[in-house]
Amino acid sequence: MYKYDEYDHAMVAARVAEFSDQVKRRLAGEITEDQFKPLRLMNGLYLQLHAYMLRVAVPYGTLDSRQMRMLAHIARKYDRDYGHFTTRQNIQYNWIKLEDAPAILADLASVEMHAIQTSGNCIRNISSDQWAGAAADEITDPRPWAELLRQWSSFHPEFSYLPRKFKIAVIAADEDRAAMRLHDIGIQIVERDGVHGAAFYVGGGMGRTPMIAPLIKEFVPLEDMLSYAEACLRVYNRYGRRDNIYKARIKILIHELGADEYRRQVEEEFAHVKSLGIDPPKAEFDRIAKQFAPPALDASAPDAIDRSDPDFAVWVDQNVAAHKVAGHAIVNISLKPIGGIPGDASSAQIDLMADLAEQYSHDELRVTHAQNIVLPHVRKADLYAIWQALDAAGLATPNLDLISDIIACPGLDYCSLANARSIPVAQKIAARFSDLGRQKELGELKLKISGCINACGHHHAGHIGILGVDRKGTENYQLLLGGSGAEDVSLGTITGPGFDEDGIVDAIERVTDRYLAERAEGERFVDTFRRVGMAPFKEAIYG
Amino acid sequence: MKLLTGNDLKTGFVTWWTGSDWSIHIEDAADVGEHGEAILAVEEAARRVNAPYIIAGEKTADGPRPAHIKDRIRALGPTVRPDLTLKPADPAAGDWVI
Repeated sequence: MYKYDEYDHAMVAARVAEFSDQVKRRLAGEITEDQFKPLRLMNGLYLQLHAYMLRVAVPYGTLDSRQMRMLAHIARKYDRDYGHFTTRQNIQYNWIKLEDAPAILADLASVEMHAIQTSGNCIRNISSDQWAGAAADEITDPRPWAELLRQWSSFHPEFSYLPRKFKIAVIAADEDRAAMRLHDIGIQIVERDGVHGAAFYVGGGMGRTPMIAPLIKEFVPLEDMLSYAEACLRVYNRYGRRDNIYKARIKILIHELGADEYRRQVEEEFAHVKSLGIDPPKAEFDRIAKQFAPPALDASAPDAIDRSDPDFAVWVDQNVAAHKVAGHAIVNISLKPIGGIPGDASSAQIDLMADLAEQYSHDELRVTHAQNIVLPHVRKADLYAIWQALDAAGLATPNLDLISDIIACPGLDYCSLANARSIPVAQKIAARFSDLGRQKELGELKLKISGCINACGHHHAGHIGILGVDRKGTENYQLLLGGSGAEDVSLGTITGPGFDEDGIVDAIERVTDRYLAERAEGERFVDTFRRVGMAPFKEAIYG
Repeated sequence: MKLLTGNDLKTGFVTWWTGSDWSIHIEDAADVGEHGEAILAVEEAARRVNAPYIIAGEKTADGPRPAHIKDRIRALGPTVRPDLTLKPADPAAGDWVI
């Protein structure tokens, strides 16, 4: 894992001191809310429905047990004993008091964390593959490149006031576990003739105008990656629209210019940027990469798993994934218990996951964009002990990628932008499909719910997506089918008129029933949808 | 009726204008009638409450009830965590929101 150097420490400490002074002035009435708002947002502090909300960055979703325990400490000391893991691999606290914010940031800084650039029109937290460094299908660990981008983008003077927020994801496997092509820039580390380079997909995103990022450059030598990213941002910063917030994202610019023209301008800019020498010397990258060296795993560790406990065996089948090193596995901890709140974890649960990471996973955890937690480097021989501990804490729901593993934004229960509640809908769907046998019969089915058009719940990318809207003052839910955020990326299509809270649950059941009737051998829900189209599902839903 | 609401500067908690001060309890909210804008201007200048605004509400037997669901959720707390609402002992409190 990356450890802060003196510059990182100094930057974060300076920001804590600066924000502490700003809070003091605000509480003293020396500055207005209009003056203070952009300052607090630069430090991840929002004002939501019930209180201030603090969004803490978890760079590329990676953290160690010390950091995880600090997240639990903050939940316990400053919030209401829980945190909410988000679809951008961050964590949010919903009940923060303004006067506590400086102390929280200081506590975070003590474990090399912060809330910088988790809001505002800047480059946000860099996201990545939650199985990075552990997955058998990756060609390299993408996180050193994500870390390099983090350092480049932190306090980048030219990109602190972009036309709109900017999100970057980095992966290094063909299986896309980070919704890479639904980011402003999606980078896939690829191999050509034995050499690694970066494929740049630019102009993806969800929100009110969802778009899949087109391929802008097939292969950027890695030593040019920062310069190329700089060129991509410069063209956007120069021509992105600032007159209309709904047309300000880079996806709109590229859509209007056309990918070819945008590419031409980026290439022109790149030729100039490359001469500026912003790409780091190899020694600096090697210094970063060294900190992501794989843990010393014993490939001769026992490969067999004692599956005599049937509940444990079910969990292993669903939530444990193959590791690149024999005798080891990746544990996916579901934060989606039936009837629970997707992504929420109590301080005790967060502490427990930290303990398990320290004891069994080389001190590493990951936050996933699907709002779950990963222990990336676990010996198979330890799986049973881990499962027992998780089970006792309500963290062993065996539903990874099943219909109850629902992504849901906080919705109208917490969010000031939301039009409808997301969480109660997620809870009702999970309850309707609570029978695990039924869920497994349906197979991989990614269901995603957003409480407004901003799409924090990734509804466009759900095999089944739900969008909450306000219809004349009442909550209404539109249904979308056929989306995917994975390597088979696609955008969902709205089925037709929306439903009330109970109606949407019934509609989903009709959709899944029709899927079971229509599916061919080996097909997932989304495969069947793509083969048969919308018509049979529409008929099932609306008659 | 018209209600004046905002979030307390220090805590961020939802707060309601009572006619002379602010309260976290919707039951205490006063009908500001046609005086909302004037009160709002004074209170914005006082800088005790963030972004106060005027909403529509109705008088009920249980007290004022905001017209829009968003403000009813603000008044009570998250419907999915009754324990974190202002009425944790009342399991039916959420019915008021819907």
